[in-house]
Amino acid sequence: MEPITTFSGTCVALPIENIDTDQIIPARFLKATDKQGMGDNLFADWRYAANGQPNPDFPLNRPEAKGAQILVGGHNFGCGSSREHAPWALQGFGFRAVISTYFADIFRNNALKVGLLPIMVDPETHYQLVSMVEEDPTTPVTIDLEAQQVRLPDGQAISFPIDPFAKYCLVNGVDQLGFLQSQEAEIAAFEQQYGARINTGARG
Amino acid sequence: MTQPQTLFEKVWNRHLVRPQTADTPAVLYIDLHLVHEVTSPQAFTELRQRGLRVRRPDQTIATMDHSTPTTPRGLDGLIPVTDAQAAAQISQLERNCDEFGIPLYRLGSENQGIVHIVGPEQGLTQPGMTIVCGDSHTSTHGAFGALAFGIGTSEVAHVLATQCLLQSKPKTMAVRIDGRLHPGVTAKDIILAIIAKIGVGGGTGYVFEYMGEAIRALSMEERMTICNMSIEGGARAGMIAPDDTTFEYVAGRPRAPKGAAWERAVEQWRRLPTDEGATFDAEIRLDASALTPMITYGTNPGMGMPITSAIPNPGDFSDPSQRAALDKALNYMGLQPGQPLLGRPVDVVFLGSCTNSRISDLRVAANLMEGRKVAPNVRMMVVPGSQQVKRQAEAEGLDQIFRAAGAEWREAGCSMCIAMNGDQLQPGQYAVSTSNRNFEGRQGKGGRTFLASPLTAAATAINGVISDARELAS
Ligand code: SF4
Repeated sequence: MEPITTFSGTCVALPIENIDTDQIIPARFLKATDKQGMGDNLFADWRYAANGQPNPDFPLNRPEAKGAQILVGGHNFGCGSSREHAPWALQGFGFRAVISTYFADIFRNNALKVGLLPIMVDPETHYQLVSMVEEDPTTPVTIDLEAQQVRLPDGQAISFPIDPFAKYCLVNGVDQLGFLQSQEAEIAAFEQQYGARINTGARG
Repeated sequence: MTQPQTLFEKVWNRHLVRPQTADTPAVLYIDLHLVHEVTSPQAFTELRQRGLRVRRPDQTIATMDHSTPTTPRGLDGLIPVTDAQAAAQISQLERNCDEFGIPLYRLGSENQGIVHIVGPEQGLTQPGMTIVCGDSHTSTHGAFGALAFGIGTSEVAHVLATQCLLQSKPKTMAVRIDGRLHPGVTAKDIILAIIAKIGVGGGTGYVFEYMGEAIRALSMEERMTICNMSIEGGARAGMIAPDDTTFEYVAGRPRAPKGAAWERAVEQWRRLPTDEGATFDAEIRLDASALTPMITYGTNPGMGMPITSAIPNPGDFSDPSQRAALDKALNYMGLQPGQPLLGRPVDVVFLGSCTNSRISDLRVAANLMEGRKVAPNVRMMVVPGSQQVKRQAEAEGLDQIFRAAGAEWREAGCSMCIAMNGDQLQPGQYAVSTSNRNFEGRQGKGGRTFLASPLTAAATAINGVISDARELAS
């Protein structure tokens, strides 16, 4: 994975609470066997009218949303299913970070795995960011992963927490599967003393 | 003496290949990995790209459920797959399982069904295990005292390749349900009441342990209904300490230990329950005897209420974002604050999903529907959770009761719970559904879902309007 350090971009605000993964990407788009084209179906049922035309009122369809890299979502963003298609779709649209007051556990995990930053801020800061984006959607915002800061043009720097290991992997482009593979000796030793608990019936 | 431990801590500690440090998460060993067609293809691609094998095919099992049709079999005895994309996904899973040596319950074969139904049914799900699947309702398996949770596709690849996951230790919450349920109030009502109380984010960061007199009194199938919806309260996993009810359910199942191995296993499982004096990070309580049948009125499972109540008023909420969310939900649902739901016509009744499609769910509904008819304005779909549940129901004549009532008797699968398999609501339609999610469009674009128990679903199908089954007792 490409290392992630610092990037700047504009935001789109979607301050709806409990945005679930069925809204982020409806289930009918999960029949794919690859990751292509997910961005086109991001928020499909909110974004497109019944006739398939973009709904002009939806924030992602406004002209100023073009090229936005940061989504400011409502509380408990990403609740619902475990579909990794949700962060794939957000990335497919061009987002590199989502800011919310908190995230559903599985979504946060999945996002960190694929390099979409889930950035948690307190409710007051969240409110301030939403107002800022709604007032001037062209406001450039910088995200500095190393410093764990969201920086605004007025000089304000907002700190955010992030799992230290996930951060280490993202900043250094370390691949988590590779890390797990490097534990092979310990895994083998564990299995040795543990003994198999189950046999699903695989051919030996 | 060692520190008193919770059920969760015992299972967690037993599976640590490497404990968590300040810089690295724990490496957690996984006993059982369940795979289905929708969240696995990209993981197998990852394995191929890296030239990796599946480390433990003997601890991995695959089934087909999400995108598979549930339409009755053709004259050739096969279930027709007409959607080209679904067909491609199904054959991709077949190829992946062949290539990597993973046992597969193929579409229509005798053990196929919803992944969370087949694991317990086959005796694969056992107390004390770690169980994962690329599906958030993996929490279901926690009913056996297993630590079971959903993972994303990247993690599916991790487990396929290494049988391990990188995990930070979650917090624990005791969910204590004292008292006894009144007749006509079910496990589904308990879990809907819990979620209504804590909200859909209330359990974020926690593993639940359900305990108390009401939980002890439940059957395994009812316990599964409760653990299934832990994720709807934001908890990745929900567990229940194993007891004799658990052991009786597991005993004799195809993949359960046998003979002396069984005795040894039960002896170990008896040590799993939370020790006296062990502490939880949080605790909530509910009195089962105060519960009534529950139903949801909004667009997330936390928007639920007693079936006899009226829809709340957004004006009653002080938090503006909660108010906005309720406004938005009622607008989508086409409902007004202050209205009752009882007596409201519905178009569809769906009895199915990993929450409520086991044999006891079908029995409860059939019992109420015997000798009665589905109202003419209602389409009722009955979708058994697995081929085995289907056979069992047919052996008991339940299918005949449903058919005679005018309900559709389908093949096993997720069906209208997720609407990616041809079974779906039309825009604007209302459904009472025994599934677990009432999100916008979950059961079909523009469809509107009321979540409730199988009893409420059956009573509603008969009356054609949302009904309290207690007034329709057989
Ligand atoms: S029945 Fe519904 S909730 Fe359960 S696994 Fe299938 S789609 Fe998911």
